[in-house]
Amino acid sequence: MNNNLKKINIYAIYLGAFILILPLIAFFINAFSFRWFYPQVIPKELSLQAWVRLKLIPKPGQRTFDGFIELWASNPAVIKALLNSLSIGFLVTIVSIIIALPAARVLGLLNFRFKKLIIFIMVSPTILPPIAFVLGLNINFISWGFSGNYFGVCLVHLVPIMPYVVLTMTGIFANYNPDFEHQARTLGANKTKTFLLITLPAIAPGMVVAALFAFLVSWSQYLLTFLIGAGKVMTLPLLVFSTASSGNPALTAAISIIFIFPAILILFFTSKFVSGESGATSGFGKI
Amino acid sequence: MSKLNIKNLIKSFPSMDRPAVNNINLDIESGELVAFLGPSGCGKTTILKMITGLFQPDSGDIILDEQSLLKIPTEKRGVVMVFQNYLLFPYMNVNENVGFALKMKGVDKNIIDQKVKEMLELVKLPDIGLRKPKQLSGGQQQRVALARALISNPRILLLDEPLSNLDAHLRDEMRDLIVTIQQKLKVTTIFVTHDQEEAVLLADKIALIFDGELQNFTSPKNYYEKPKNIKAAKFFGGVNFINAKKDNNNLSTTIGTVHYKGENYTDLNEDNIITIRPENIKLSKNNDFNDNSFKGLIKSVIFSGTHTRYKIIVKDLELECSLQSVGLQDIKTDDTIYVHLPSDKIWAMNE
Repeated sequence: MNNNLKKINIYAIYLGAFILILPLIAFFINAFSFRWFYPQVIPKELSLQAWVRLKLIPKPGQRTFDGFIELWASNPAVIKALLNSLSIGFLVTIVSIIIALPAARVLGLLNFRFKKLIIFIMVSPTILPPIAFVLGLNINFISWGFSGNYFGVCLVHLVPIMPYVVLTMTGIFANYNPDFEHQARTLGANKTKTFLLITLPAIAPGMVVAALFAFLVSWSQYLLTFLIGAGKVMTLPLLVFSTASSGNPALTAAISIIFIFPAILILFFTSKFVSGESGATSGFGKI
Repeated sequence: MSKLNIKNLIKSFPSMDRPAVNNINLDIESGELVAFLGPSGCGKTTILKMITGLFQPDSGDIILDEQSLLKIPTEKRGVVMVFQNYLLFPYMNVNENVGFALKMKGVDKNIIDQKVKEMLELVKLPDIGLRKPKQLSGGQQQRVALARALISNPRILLLDEPLSNLDAHLRDEMRDLIVTIQQKLKVTTIFVTHDQEEAVLLADKIALIFDGELQNFTSPKNYYEKPKNIKAAKFFGGVNFINAKKDNNNLSTTIGTVHYKGENYTDLNEDNIITIRPENIKLSKNNDFNDNSFKGLIKSVIFSGTHTRYKIIVKDLELECSLQSVGLQDIKTDDTIYVHLPSDKIWAMNE
């Protein structure tokens, strides 16, 4: 590739990144402005009123350390939703990985009859529109008592998450040599030590990627939480939607920033696993 | 110093129509270097994996020093296996790899460091302790794998195809190293190979296995001179086979009566087969042998350097003979020749 072409490619990437980031910049400005309307290029007046209304920043005059503490301790809806989203996300991530680990090992290492069919069934939630299964599921959940509570929401989040986690982890095991475990066993490692010292380091990078998928799918889940949670389990996406429909752009922007921020943070810390040599191609590498 | 007894060992896999290991009995003495020899898929690696405990046998027993291994978990058997592709743990450096078994035993770190150093010197690889397995050549990886296996003084050392992944020149070097270390440490060792030359050069005793069945278990020399059956003889390059019948302390064949001195005469069936190594047959243009001498016709002469190979037709039988090229009589194709089968060099076996 000649140098000019290389330069053009790099500019194209910058342009793409700029297009992706532009709305975020607008969000930021909007969240800290007061009545920013067309045709103003920049807002006339900056303001924290959106954050005050979300009860994240105290009213003017009460912005002391104690003021902040008192406000946050009053358990504002945003913080409640944020904590719900975070805890549901972490919980279903851990559960999905524990369920997926043995399944992925079998799918990645063994060949058996109807394997393709089983994989197809496992992947089907990604093809099926959620509305198609969640309404039926909701009837069952109501009769089992899972509807309108935290447990039911966690359970239903697993439906769209499992395909991603199982498939990502199957990829790891397709590239995995179980003889390493046998070798460790003959060298005196018991089953627990073999898992911790041999298996886990080999699958960890791929597992981080799977966890990332799991968390982000759960984090952005709206419809399933809305229907199964029956409005009683408030997560951030639900709050974003209801705020957006209220028609206050500054408020919508502020809550969207809160919604985006943790996802970006997590992506930032796991990005080295997603790109490059490790990531989904972990295992032991080809030997 | 441990001796291993394998008793009536049977193992089947659903994917195979015959047992992978079919009723194998073996007694391996303490400190012996034994080869499991056979074509690939004959079940030799399966036996190793049963000794380590990675597979459970369907029936039979594996006894190490009078104690059955079957109920003991892999990590407590004191049996260490070196896999064909070495399997050095990629996330650990050489020191950590070699010290792994001692770390599992909870040995003090200073002692581990000391032992690791000793082992790396034993395999002639000092000063590479901090490297990662990826940075080592195949031969170096093999040595590190050997050091890692030996550090905990295993009762049995198992080597799966230890030389097959190495280049020819490294193979000789590695073979010498294995023999030297084995004699030094006196560890009972079993290695698996499909290469009969490798087995002969390395092993004290060879277990020949075909299709999951043990054919013979004896010294390399006996495979050449006193094979147990025609399959074993053929695997070790035997070419001359003559059908024979017992006849008054001798053997009668289609080419005539053959005098026989083998100690197994009473064990022979009525119908049996005589074999003789090509290099033990003697040829002469004049009939100057007293006994076991038969008249034949030279079919072909092939010069192959130090030796010259002859094919001779005796009546309806074709025999192959290999003589040292130095000081040969002038023998050409279509010459009439007398073939001598020395009575102490021929060996009869049951079919």
